[in-house]
Amino acid sequence: MDLSLVQPELLLVVLAFVVLGLDLLMGRGSDRAVLGWVTAFGLVWVLWFSVEQTLLGALPGGVYRVDLYTHLFRALIPLTSIFVVLLSMQYVTKRLKHAGEYYGLIVLATLAMVLMAGSSELITAYIALETLNFCLYVLASYDKPDLRSNEAGVKYIVLSALASALLLYGISFLYGITGTTSYAAISSALTAADPALAGGLTAALLLILAGLGFKLAAVPFHAWTPDVYEGAPTPVTALIAVGSKTAAFALVIRLFGEALGPAAYLWQPAMALLAVASMTYGNLVAMQQTNVKRLLAYSSISQAGYLLLALAVLSESTATAALIHLAGYAVTNLAAFACVIAYQNQTGKEDLEGFAGMAERAPLLAFGMAVALFSLAGMPLFAGFVTKFYLFIAVAQNGALWLGLVGIAVVNSMISLYYYLKVLKAAYIGTPAEAGRLSIGPVLSVTVVALVLLVFAVGLYPYPLATIIGAATDALRFRF
Amino acid sequence: MTPGFPLLSTLLATPFLIAVALFFVPGRARTAIHWLSMAGATVMLLLSIAVFLAFAPATGGFQLDEQYAWLPQLGITLHLATDGIAAPLVLLTGVVIFCGTLVSLKVTHRPKDYFILLFTLVGGVYGTFLSLDLFFLFFFYEIAVLPMYLLIGVWGSSTDFGTFLRTKEYGAMKLTLVLVAGSIPVWVAIIATFLQAGAGSMDLPVLAQATYSREFQLVFYPMFMIGFGILAGLFPFHTWSPDGHVAAPTAVSMLHAGVLMKLGAFGIIRVGMLLMPEGAAAWAPVLLVLATVNVVYGALSALGQTDLKYVIGYSSVSHMGYVLMGFASMSIVGVNGAVLQMVSHGIMTALFFTLVGVVYDQAHTRLIASFGGLAQQSKLVAVMFAIAGFASLGLPGLSGFVAEFLIFVGLFERYPLFGALGIAGAAITAVYILRLMATAFFGPANPKWATLHGPNRSETLAAVILCASIFAVGLFPSLLMPAISVGVASLMSTVLGAG
Repeated sequence: MDLSLVQPELLLVVLAFVVLGLDLLMGRGSDRAVLGWVTAFGLVWVLWFSVEQTLLGALPGGVYRVDLYTHLFRALIPLTSIFVVLLSMQYVTKRLKHAGEYYGLIVLATLAMVLMAGSSELITAYIALETLNFCLYVLASYDKPDLRSNEAGVKYIVLSALASALLLYGISFLYGITGTTSYAAISSALTAADPALAGGLTAALLLILAGLGFKLAAVPFHAWTPDVYEGAPTPVTALIAVGSKTAAFALVIRLFGEALGPAAYLWQPAMALLAVASMTYGNLVAMQQTNVKRLLAYSSISQAGYLLLALAVLSESTATAALIHLAGYAVTNLAAFACVIAYQNQTGKEDLEGFAGMAERAPLLAFGMAVALFSLAGMPLFAGFVTKFYLFIAVAQNGALWLGLVGIAVVNSMISLYYYLKVLKAAYIGTPAEAGRLSIGPVLSVTVVALVLLVFAVGLYPYPLATIIGAATDALRFRF
Repeated sequence: MTPGFPLLSTLLATPFLIAVALFFVPGRARTAIHWLSMAGATVMLLLSIAVFLAFAPATGGFQLDEQYAWLPQLGITLHLATDGIAAPLVLLTGVVIFCGTLVSLKVTHRPKDYFILLFTLVGGVYGTFLSLDLFFLFFFYEIAVLPMYLLIGVWGSSTDFGTFLRTKEYGAMKLTLVLVAGSIPVWVAIIATFLQAGAGSMDLPVLAQATYSREFQLVFYPMFMIGFGILAGLFPFHTWSPDGHVAAPTAVSMLHAGVLMKLGAFGIIRVGMLLMPEGAAAWAPVLLVLATVNVVYGALSALGQTDLKYVIGYSSVSHMGYVLMGFASMSIVGVNGAVLQMVSHGIMTALFFTLVGVVYDQAHTRLIASFGGLAQQSKLVAVMFAIAGFASLGLPGLSGFVAEFLIFVGLFERYPLFGALGIAGAAITAVYILRLMATAFFGPANPKWATLHGPNRSETLAAVILCASIFAVGLFPSLLMPAISVGVASLMSTVLGAG
């Protein structure tokens, strides 16, 4: 078996063991900050290697396909992880123990996320997803003395196990109907499927949608999101909100487009319903939040709604639009979390009241927050405006009904501005409880600046991103 | 497509570049911030004048065209051009931002952030006036709304009504949310128009070539009309305007009431009427009725205000009503008047807010009843307030007269009743302006205000420039009218041709 096709993935495995091994070799009392740098540079190396890699093809049996789509996520996901690692360093040193395992798990999670994007067979996809879940269970509960972190871990395991069970059950139904687990074969089998099986197929699709809806944090499968976002160490929250969500969308787009396309008439209404429910519910509840992490959790639920709207009318053009929005969402949310983490490291505060006077004490963080939140609200200059515009146009192309749904999305997008402004009100108008500038450290400062620049870059010149993503979705073998 | 100096993109880039440059100036370097801002405002004023002069009315059409590819996937290009309607508004923006910056030199609280946001806002204004691409027009339109929350929330002022307090946060949130709500129908209508045209292009001239069915226009024109109309202060969505403008700091009120409200009106003609003339004709009566309510109700509300700035706030609602009435007349004369009224009201209201700012910054109250004989403290303020007031009530020789006269002429052709109501609005304006002047500036002096003094040097300069502009437009409307009439004629040939 020729493994050169999956060299980047193998390098991630190697990196994970290098980090864990180094941790083992280091003395009991030694400073483990270096492990963060090893991880970061290791990931940069993998990223560079992946970008250089031009081999295309599939592993035997078609379980894993390396096409331009997989290539895209081989770049996007390690990039996300690099930022997460950069955001973690100060936090880990200050608040967490066992740095080696922490970084090792992040690398393994990165591997799992890449695999999710490339899987073109149900069992492989499922195993990739479970690998990610296991990493995240541990990471979510990493802050052992913190009760909320423990709660987050337990909640995540219990609910995620339930979701996995539903997903597996759905997969078994699907296997029963089609007799195969390979995406391409499923799609052929569905095209030729006996109409009498529609009932079983509906059940299979709903179960799969429920199982994956959990990962996407779509209403009504979102219940874990706020608690896990709030309780998990904040860099892990960033990983869950950005990396894990990106990977889940990557998996869903490939699965529903390449395998389940012929049954689109069955899952399309359900997906549209999830979309509208997510964006509306997420927004309405976000308004009442006083904890910034919870607020971002609900905001991410509503953002998932916009993306699901595009997936409901899945085609190459909506997939492109969804991925552009997802990429914009990723840098934007990373920027928001970067500011929250940096502020939290210095003040220990993560509620709206604690954010009062942020602009006086840490102008860079307040500015970063403003940029990120305006971008999330879909305001121009920043990524959110043009990516949403792209997304809405792609969806509305499908007819008057979809234009109406876009109308709902636009209303939601504008409503969201209200609660984002509440954060900015605290940051810019509120008076700080203590005086004095905060020193947030060089790594975090540079990371915040880099992320803010990325948010501007996507917002001011999205052409390169749109072109790359367009080429990636072209490689998908959609069949409807 | 004249090769040569890219005047429009230079003008558009200036405010954003100044904002970025300010970012790198340390917050404590007040003098540097002031100099840089003043330099930026001067450059913008000069470039605005240059753009206005470079527009040749004899040639007509869109001029100084510039196009840059941006996102071919959606047919978006950064397409800049100016016509007879945009050119005077660009000039207006240049004058108001110059005066606004002069007035803002007083700002001592976090001046760096203040000027960054102020220039971002101005960048949005220029972009909207100059964009010939629907996406970018909306892009810049939203940019102009973006900084408002912080500008009002951080640097604004609350109003104490005795029994209750209208906080600046309230005004800021109300203004932002209502304006953003106005963007909702605009956003939906833009997407629908783009898809309906099916040309794969966001370019306005291309979109204007496409045909839209009558049903389509009847559904989507009102979305543009109401969506943009909200920013123009259209009744019954106008209440953000007094609350927001009163809470805002002086320069922001000047810009917002003086220029930003024009973006809404501009959007109605540039996008709504240009793309959907049939829809515009069908909905004109509705717009006319709403606009008339704006004029009369706005004036009556101004009459009932006890706070100096609220009077001006409601007077803006009333005067923007004339602009919308002019559009609704669907006649060439009326629309000409409306565009001139946009310029006239922009200058006049900027002057009003400058003067109110001078008084408020010292007195820390704006209750009309508490003032008296202010003219004794500062003749200059009183005289200039009178000039703005007379322009506002349409005294011949000042800018308001020509504009309102044209609007009334346009209206009387088809809707004499509404023309009469418009004139009644002007009469009510006379009542509240004269009464305000009588109480606050003349009459018995209140010894409490003996220590008040006149405007400082930069405020005086700003006010003098604005006063001079009122006279210039009033006495020599021929400075602006050739450009305006060419722009309006080409727009109305599309609109009336289709109707």
